Amino acid sequence: MKKIIIASALVALGVSSSLALAEGVSDKVLQKVISSSWKNPNKDNPEGAKPDWASRLNQGDLQKICSKTRNQPDKKTAAKLEKAAKASIKYPEDGKFLGDWKNGEKIAQNGKGLRYNDKVDGPAGGNCYACHQIDKAELAYGTIGPSLAEYGKLHEFTEAANKATYEKIYNSHVAISCSNMPRFGTMGILSIEQIKDVTALLMSKDSPVNK
Amino acid sequence: MMKRRLIGAIAVGCAAVFATFTAAGPVLAQEDASKGIEEYRKMMAEDPFANPGLLFVDSGEALWTEKRGPKNVSLEGCDLGKGPGVLDGAFAELPRYFKDADKVMDVESRILWCMEKLQGIDTKPIIKGAFSKRGEGGSEMEFLASFVGSKSNGMPMKSQLSHPKEKEAYAIGEALFYMRAGPHDFSCQTCHGTKGTRIRLQELPDLAEPTEDARKTVATWPAYRVSQERVRTMQHRMADCYRQMRMPKVGYGSDAVTALITFLAKQADGGEIQVPALKR
Ligand code: HEC
Ligand code: HEC
Repeated sequence: MKKIIIASALVALGVSSSLALAEGVSDKVLQKVISSSWKNPNKDNPEGAKPDWASRLNQGDLQKICSKTRNQPDKKTAAKLEKAAKASIKYPEDGKFLGDWKNGEKIAQNGKGLRYNDKVDGPAGGNCYACHQIDKAELAYGTIGPSLAEYGKLHEFTEAANKATYEKIYNSHVAISCSNMPRFGTMGILSIEQIKDVTALLMSKDSPVNK
Repeated sequence: MMKRRLIGAIAVGCAAVFATFTAAGPVLAQEDASKGIEEYRKMMAEDPFANPGLLFVDSGEALWTEKRGPKNVSLEGCDLGKGPGVLDGAFAELPRYFKDADKVMDVESRILWCMEKLQGIDTKPIIKGAFSKRGEGGSEMEFLASFVGSKSNGMPMKSQLSHPKEKEAYAIGEALFYMRAGPHDFSCQTCHGTKGTRIRLQELPDLAEPTEDARKTVATWPAYRVSQERVRTMQHRMADCYRQMRMPKVGYGSDAVTALITFLAKQADGGEIQVPALKR
């Protein structure tokens, strides 16, 4: 399924695989440096951690474009990226976008997962507080992203806003191509259930975020 | 004599800092970390020798002058770029191109080169242990890099970009700085591309441009990291940011890391070297 999405995104974007990253250096030189600097990614990283480490050194198309354009793709490319982002989204089967905000808070606090020293294969965190203010009671929040305090209230708790928030978290590039926010759903960082839970943290009337 | 005083001061400082890191929430821990650093700074204002990083410098000097390896020579003949044996100001001009190795090297890869070529030492185990573990009190690379770095203290960073290979290393470093990869799509730019942002409460220097941030933060590695209770080197800083980026382990002394450090050195050009600085 994932493969199909990626393949169709490839076609949709019309990307050639030899995008050079920066003006001053060819893709070939860069690839050589990368493979000599990360010699044996799968062997050098702890066993038991399931990901294919070597594949992380290969950029996907969105990553290539956003790197090369320094997150400023031209209008046409931006529109294509947004379309591909939208196409990658899977929706909850029950049609409900709001899960359990209490669990959402835990996910938003949790910065663990997917690093080579994270030995457990448990669910990864969303680490939203690293970049966002959310519940005002949490003072240790980062500022790379905008404040999400009172997010639901500001969006008048509408069903359309619930959906848009779910989509934004699933693939942040739906609205802003080359966003600096991770694609939590598309890249498999969070599950659909987890995304519903963080959506509830932001959008639910009971959530402390909206008190 | 001096060493004993140092150890006393560290014991007091570390106990205080350690206690603070067991505190409950991240805010508390962060505030306490800042307080811990403040306390160190106060101690250092009263007594400049209270910087626990100076122990690493002392150990580095002892290692530098000790005859070692199959060839039983010291590192005193090592050419760090300004000629064999010249230490003063050499660190300020690293990374640079070395003809004998035909590549650009940062301070750590150059020290490794000298160990291998001058002393005949097998550097594999040294590379393996380059980042010391808790309780080890420091690694050879941490000692030596601190010592060599301290020999440029007070001098401005002088980024070397005249040789074509230096230019190439810079360009590779720049490309790597903007390279988004891994499950989180992070590049260095994600966290270090804007002035005045932070992750949780940790302030993030803007390193995308030649900024005051860059001059202040890059010219101060190796640094004594209060949270880790030992000196960490720039190679470690790069490896740790790649870890946070969810990338696989990057090679110690690898060309990618040298290239990134070459890029950073340019952004920090003119920054005053203070090594080992005290950091969170
Ligand atoms: C690496 C930093 C980073 C992390 C981690 C992150 N975000 Fe974001 N987020 C951003 C940035 C930057 C923006 C603004 C640009 C954009 O909209 O893409 C943003 C925008 C958003 C928006 C849209 C805000 C608006 O303008 O309406 C929402 C909603 C959001 N993030 C939710 C989350 C949630 C939930 C999480 C955790 C699962 C999270 N973010 C994790 C960086 C981050
Ligand atoms: C996910 C966010 C993130 C990414 C991506 C990231 N860093 Fe960092 N970086 C940090 C944090 C957090 C610190 C520590 C700040 C502190 O301790 O106050 C840091 C510290 C640093 C420092 C030392 C700053 C100082 O105060 O001395 C340098 C240099 C640096 N990073 C360079 C890089 C480079 C080069 C890359 C890309 C290979 C990178 N970082 C990627 C978050 C990040």
